[in-house]
Parts: sequence; structure tokens; C-alpha cells
Amino acid sequence: MTVTVKLFASLRTGRFDLRAMDFPADTSAAQAIAAAGVRPEEAAVVFVNSRHAAPDTVLADGDTLAIFPPVGGG
Amino acid sequence: MSLEGFLAASARGGAIPWSEELRAAREFGLSAREVEAAAFGAGLLPARYSRNAGTIGLAGQAVLHASCVAVAGCGGIGGHVIEQLARLGVGTIVAVDPDVFEESNLNRQILATVENLGLPKVEAAALRARAINPAVILRPLRARLDSRNAPSLLEGADVVADGLDTISARLELAGACARLGLPFVHAGVAGWYAQASTQAPGSSSLSDIYGHGTAPAERGVEAALGNPSFTPALAASLEAAEVCKLLLGLSGTLRGRLLHLDLLAMECAEFPI
Repeated sequence: MTVTVKLFASLRTGRFDLRAMDFPADTSAAQAIAAAGVRPEEAAVVFVNSRHAAPDTVLADGDTLAIFPPVGGG
Repeated sequence: MSLEGFLAASARGGAIPWSEELRAAREFGLSAREVEAAAFGAGLLPARYSRNAGTIGLAGQAVLHASCVAVAGCGGIGGHVIEQLARLGVGTIVAVDPDVFEESNLNRQILATVENLGLPKVEAAALRARAINPAVILRPLRARLDSRNAPSLLEGADVVADGLDTISARLELAGACARLGLPFVHAGVAGWYAQASTQAPGSSSLSDIYGHGTAPAERGVEAALGNPSFTPALAASLEAAEVCKLLLGLSGTLRGRLLHLDLLAMECAEFPI
């Protein structure tokens, strides 16, 4: 299956902005995040098809996975 | 002559000059704040708010004057929030911060000056608010706002604005605001990036922003990226506009939404949270 992975903010640095990635069926958001080269602690907020999602969310063909790092400065 | 009559007679083009507010305060033995309250009651606008009028209106300005906003943290974001709320005309600002100014604050914190190094941030905030708008009361509280002291320190606040710089402090305050039934206007910055969201009373949406209910790190990517001058100022403007809308009961707030701004790519993204 193909999932569109979107990275935001500093997660783009040295990686990519948007990429269509192929995964086996039943791949979780956490597995896709790892495949994108993003460490679990770097993925503070995850959206699947624009809905807030837990890391164990199982992805489906055609899904869009958006990943944000923690932005905590003031 | 009554105070209202005095103010009506002193209005120029429907607006009361500051010099006349001061004269009214002297003649009637009142504070600038009390004079402005009387002006709003009489349907008169102090001239300092004339450029607010088309956006806020006289009735809205009176609501802001009667409102109280707590700003947790008076650093990069919080300092700019205080500056904007004082200019906007929010009548009472509770500024909470335990720290003093250091040299590393000078690159972005509007209240940080060479002269202010070593000064408690809340003292600088009080001086600044008085210099901008003497009709605003700024209550300086040199403390770290936490879940234990939040019920007393936030007493009377209508909205709480996030000027904090650690994730744990934000989550603790957001939890306290949820329990106290207060809206919590959040913003965070790191390098070129800013985010903002409003946690409605009783909601726990901020925990969804910082890591899936697991124990989040104390700091985000700002630990590596730092914070330049423009990102906290932008985040503070988002917060100030959001606070203004919440106080005036306007729609279009960031309740249930996470707004993300990327100033490197000049992109904006929005997701439901």
C-alpha cells in the first residue's frame, strides 16, 4: 500500500517535505514514522488523514500521515 | 460638573485626549482606570483606543477594560503578549514569572534591555504596562505558576495566556486551567516554527499536542534550534488576537484546532486537535 508522509518544521531538515512511501499491509503509524527516519520522541503530534492519531494506528492504502515535532519554546 | 459631563465636554471628535483623562483624574480624585471606566459608561472613547474603534468598537473596548488576563511567563512570547494586551486595553493583566532577565533573553524578549539585566521579569512588565497604558493594572507575581498555586494566582482571570518555555510546565498549567474552567491560549516556538491552539475549559487538548499521553520530554526542538526574534513575536500576536476574540465572544478561535506556522517555508497548516 502507498501512504503519503508529510513532515513538518525541523523534521524536514535532511529528510523530505512530502513523500509517497510503500508499506506492507497493517503497517502502523509508528512503523511508518520509523521508516521515514524519524525517532519516536521527534514525533510529538501525528495526524492520519488530518485526524489526530495514536502511534499504534494502523494505516490503510491512500492514507496521509502528517508528523510534527514538539515545539515548546517561549 | 459631573465626571461624565466633564469627560463629554473634554472629548475632541468623540475621543477623550489623555491630557483630559489626567485632568479628570486630578479633579475628581480618581485613577486613570476609574476615569476610563466612566468614559466607557458615558459612551466615550479614550483617544488612545481610536485605532481600535473600527475593529473592537466602544462596547468591545469596555468589555476588554473590565477583563482580566493572566500571562504565565514573561519571556519571549509572554513579554510580547503583555505589550499587546496593554496597548489593546485589557484592564487587568496578571503577569507571573519567577525569573530575572539574562543576556540570552536580549535577542527576542521585548521586556529585556541592557538596563533590565538582573531585574525580575514581572517588575519590567509592570513598568512597561504603566509606561504604555496607566489605565491598565498589571499585577506582577514573581512565582512559578503550577497546579498548587494556580487556583489562587488565577483568581479572577477570564483567560490564561501561555508564555511558558517548558512542556511539563505547560501541561501542568493546562491541566489546572481545565479544572478551573478557564480557557488556555497556547503557543510554542522553536527556530523558524510556531504553533498555537486554544484549550477550551474542561478539555485536555494540550496533552494531544505534546506526545500521546506518554511522558513527554521537558523541551522540544527549540533545545537545538533556539528562538530568534521574530518567532516569539508572531506567536504572541496569535495569542493576543485569540485572547481578544475569547474576551469579546467572537467566533473563529483556535478551540479544537492546532495552527502551525513555518517561517522558513512561509507555510501555514491547520489540523483538528
